[in-house]
Amino acid sequence: MLEDHIRQKAKERGILLMAHVVVGYPDLEESFELVKAIVSAGVDVMELQIPFSEPIADGPVILKANQSALAAGVKVEDCFKFANRVTEAFDIPFLFMTYYNIVFKRGEERFFAEAKAAGIRGTIVPDVPPEEGESYYAAALAHGIDPIFILSPTSTQDRLAYLAGFGHGFFYCVARKGITGAKTTFSAELDEFLSRCRNVTQLPLALGFGVGRKEDVDFLNGKVEIAVVGSQALRILNTDGVEAVGNFFRGLR
Amino acid sequence: MERSGYYGQFGGAFIPEILVATLEQLQAVFGQIKKDPTFWKAYQSLMSTYSCRPTPLTYSENLTRHFKGPHFYIKREDLNHTGAHKLNNVMGQGLVVQRMGKTRVVAETGAGQHGVATATMAAKFGFECTIYMGEVDVVRQRPNVFWMEQLGATVVTVKDGSRILKDAINEALRDWATNMDSTHYVLGTACGPHPYPEMVSYFQSIIGSEARDQILGKVGRLPNRVYACVGGGSNALGIFQGFLGDSEVELVGVEAGGEGLKSGKHASRLVSQDGSIGVAQGYKTYFLQNDDGQMLETHSVAAGLDYIGVSPILSAYHEQGRIRFEAATNDEVLEATRLTMKKEGIIPALESAHALAGVFRESSQMSTDDVVLINLSGRGDKDIFTIADALGDESWKRFIVNRAEAYSA
Repeated sequence: MLEDHIRQKAKERGILLMAHVVVGYPDLEESFELVKAIVSAGVDVMELQIPFSEPIADGPVILKANQSALAAGVKVEDCFKFANRVTEAFDIPFLFMTYYNIVFKRGEERFFAEAKAAGIRGTIVPDVPPEEGESYYAAALAHGIDPIFILSPTSTQDRLAYLAGFGHGFFYCVARKGITGAKTTFSAELDEFLSRCRNVTQLPLALGFGVGRKEDVDFLNGKVEIAVVGSQALRILNTDGVEAVGNFFRGLR
Repeated sequence: MERSGYYGQFGGAFIPEILVATLEQLQAVFGQIKKDPTFWKAYQSLMSTYSCRPTPLTYSENLTRHFKGPHFYIKREDLNHTGAHKLNNVMGQGLVVQRMGKTRVVAETGAGQHGVATATMAAKFGFECTIYMGEVDVVRQRPNVFWMEQLGATVVTVKDGSRILKDAINEALRDWATNMDSTHYVLGTACGPHPYPEMVSYFQSIIGSEARDQILGKVGRLPNRVYACVGGGSNALGIFQGFLGDSEVELVGVEAGGEGLKSGKHASRLVSQDGSIGVAQGYKTYFLQNDDGQMLETHSVAAGLDYIGVSPILSAYHEQGRIRFEAATNDEVLEATRLTMKKEGIIPALESAHALAGVFRESSQMSTDDVVLINLSGRGDKDIFTIADALGDESWKRFIVNRAEAYSA
């Protein structure tokens, strides 16, 4: 189980790192090299983003990677094949991150059956709150995949408790308002939000949005089980290439 | 917590968790407003003093004679302040923003009409205002950018995606997800997450309720058919709501057929074979998308109809068969524009001319006793560059060249 795996690893390593890769950016081969470099750097969990044309929760860096992958002709089918390849090659949990239309158009049953066959352990789909996700949730669980839900600092305590009832694997806590890639202030306010999350769930917590420096990861150590690093790694990929991304992750913890 | 805002299988609120609390607040305030009889009175009073509601109903005698067909009556939303039905929605939402105590508004715009209307509302109510507009639309609707800026709005050119209306909506949503404490998103059409489809339709229903009274007053009976153009669907829902309960009135929505429904260059979600059910931009409806669920490029001569999705409320009526949908091509639209200018002295917006093109095509099937109501959603002044191009007007071209020379001198 993903939850047990995370607990076990977190005991060994203090804080875990989750990386994010847009499948097919800059191309499928380079994505594979990127995954390899990130896994070699010791990253513990990885999100594979299936690109979508309207990624409303993503900021400019990840948005452009989505568009570029689509413009290069990456299909959803390619992403399943890619997932299969990396889950066979590397021994860390891989999750799919995407938007609901990708799941919906493939058919929820088919999507999760194929994701399971490809070795995927969980899914993060930011535009499907539990109210809209009844069949999504059921299909995920039926195939033994953890649907990861998101907790936000704008959620009331009641809302957090409601969301906690749907928890599997871990919760993805967003550090602040807004979209991926912008600056986050790591402060007492964030501590307060994380303790609100702890009050509603026993599941491990991951914290993402704006995590990009060793200081950020240090701040989070002991507060959450997983630090999620997305846009900053992509920026480094864009400017300095695959090897630099590996070095970046080595320097985070 | 229940699923809400569904119309048949369409609608809903597919939004990131960060926006859930904000949408709940909006639902609550909108819920209060609907129950408050003084609100609609205040809204009507604002619209009759700041805009010119009720807008007139014009009997188009010359077009009627020209087609030897049914009697054409045109609901003149083009005579609203800022030149389109968009103001109805925007002023209503402005009152909502006041109730919520927010101080800033953001909006998307395609043709620029909704952007100008929002900038106008923000100026009047004293709100800060940012308008997102796709780069392609900025180029084809430059005069509206000028007016938005003069009205005090910041216009942000969106260079991502296909750089049209849908991309402007994504950017407005991203802004809202960041600044929701101070900021309200003034969505311009009856799309997006609940409660927007319902709220926008509610404010636009003023068109249909006026039109119903006006046509009954003038003709003494209900029209046989009502026509409206359909982009997101707010003007269509506005006028159709006056007649949904009258099963004898046929309701016809006209989508953007672009260069033809088989050309791949159109924006017809309901009539063409390229639309299918999906979920994007916060709601479930028919979208122009491929088998993977990636949105397609859309095309229309009318920027305001150049959009991937359609109101979930219209998708539901489409499935029920209560509203019939058709599409008009760019060529038909330009011809309808030309004819309406010459025959009636009315310059329709290219968006609205889709409704006219739809009626003209079908007029020969109707009896000379029939009565047809057409919603003229906006005026065409803003389209001067596009229309002049399409008509190939030589003296206009010379004027532009001379003006450009004067500026570059």
